[in-house]
Amino acid sequence: MKAASYQRAPAGTQPSYLYPPYVSTCKRSPKQPLILLPHTLSELTGPVFGHSDIGENDNDLTRQHSGEPIGERIIVSGRVLDEDGHAIPGALVEVWQTNSAGRYRHRVDQHGAPLDPNFTGCGRVLTDGEGRYRFVTIKPGAYPWQNHPNAWRPAHIHFSLFGAGLLSRLVTQMYFPGDPLLPFDPVLNSVPDESARNRLISLFNWETTVPGHALGYHFDIVLRGRLATPVEVHA
Amino acid sequence: MTTPPTSSQTVGPFFHLGMVYLESDNFAAEGIPGDRVTIRGKVLDGDGAPVPDAVLEVWQADSAGRYPSEFSSQNSSAPRFLGFGRIETDDKGEFKFATIKPGRVPSPDGSLQAPHIVVTLFSRGLLKPLRTRIYFPDESSNAEDAVLKLVPPERRPTLMATRSGERGAENLLDWNIVMQGDGETVFFDY
Repeated sequence: MKAASYQRAPAGTQPSYLYPPYVSTCKRSPKQPLILLPHTLSELTGPVFGHSDIGENDNDLTRQHSGEPIGERIIVSGRVLDEDGHAIPGALVEVWQTNSAGRYRHRVDQHGAPLDPNFTGCGRVLTDGEGRYRFVTIKPGAYPWQNHPNAWRPAHIHFSLFGAGLLSRLVTQMYFPGDPLLPFDPVLNSVPDESARNRLISLFNWETTVPGHALGYHFDIVLRGRLATPVEVHA
Repeated sequence: MTTPPTSSQTVGPFFHLGMVYLESDNFAAEGIPGDRVTIRGKVLDGDGAPVPDAVLEVWQADSAGRYPSEFSSQNSSAPRFLGFGRIETDDKGEFKFATIKPGRVPSPDGSLQAPHIVVTLFSRGLLKPLRTRIYFPDESSNAEDAVLKLVPPERRPTLMATRSGERGAENLLDWNIVMQGDGETVFFDY
């Protein structure tokens, strides 16, 4: 069997485990050095998902209830690519987010903003043959959190992705352009490299904006790994 | 022209909303060959406090040492071993899942690895996941495992499941994750 070994991310493009401005990292980050491992079959393989894992309205968060959710309807789309810019077809993309008032439909969310009976805030889709995905949703709201006095998270959508193997697994957050909270958010600013942070901010997109219906936002995602130069793995 | 991988961000405390549908605590459906084991444990932070908002993703080979993607085209009428599961910790920071003991899979150097389960841990406060492994007790191949050999001997016990010792629960194994501090679990980088 053949499997490609992946290169390491350039310095500054991934956060460290410990980032004290995000207070929850202080007791949840390892103090011992991580042990560097060779890439074995156990990490280069991973679960494979198919269309049977996806429901009919899973990519349209505005059609999961009897009525329409309150909020600004948006279309979020983009491509899932490897580090060389090759499309990753069949990648499972999962998303979750607040409603337009900044409230999660989740038992531990104590924010005093209203729930929306017509909005759950989760979705999933498989990328097509060109690595493309597309969600219809409403724009999430900002919300307060307990990290520091008067702390507010900028509006964001959580993204979870499964690529070709475990080392391509990615969980990230997509932000919105022009959000005044972005410079103050410890989660976004845990990424040292400014260009890498900017790649977490979606782009407003006229081409996917549907006249009279919904604004389009573009967000491409690059998963670790590349297709080139597979090496022989003894099996 | 290459682009670095997109930066990781925390799953936050509300991942249940988007991740619940892939949750499973039993990968050992009737008809799947292999020795049944149940693995239970808890996730602890640097204060020794339970972590009630973590999610484990586990990935393992079948009892013959094959990963599911390698034989997805085989007889689809047989019970399918997915090899993957997602388990949330509960309010006490505890988790439990039932599976089969995996077989041995190859190392890059051509030797066989000892049976193991790969665990990827996500939680609030983790800006990127922690990756570790579960190994099995009373397994002679542990001594020759190429990955374990890279771990200082005094830290290897953090990767070893132990028998619960409870009467009538011979297949019940304990394995905890300590995110930080005394007895900190060995985490891997790739």
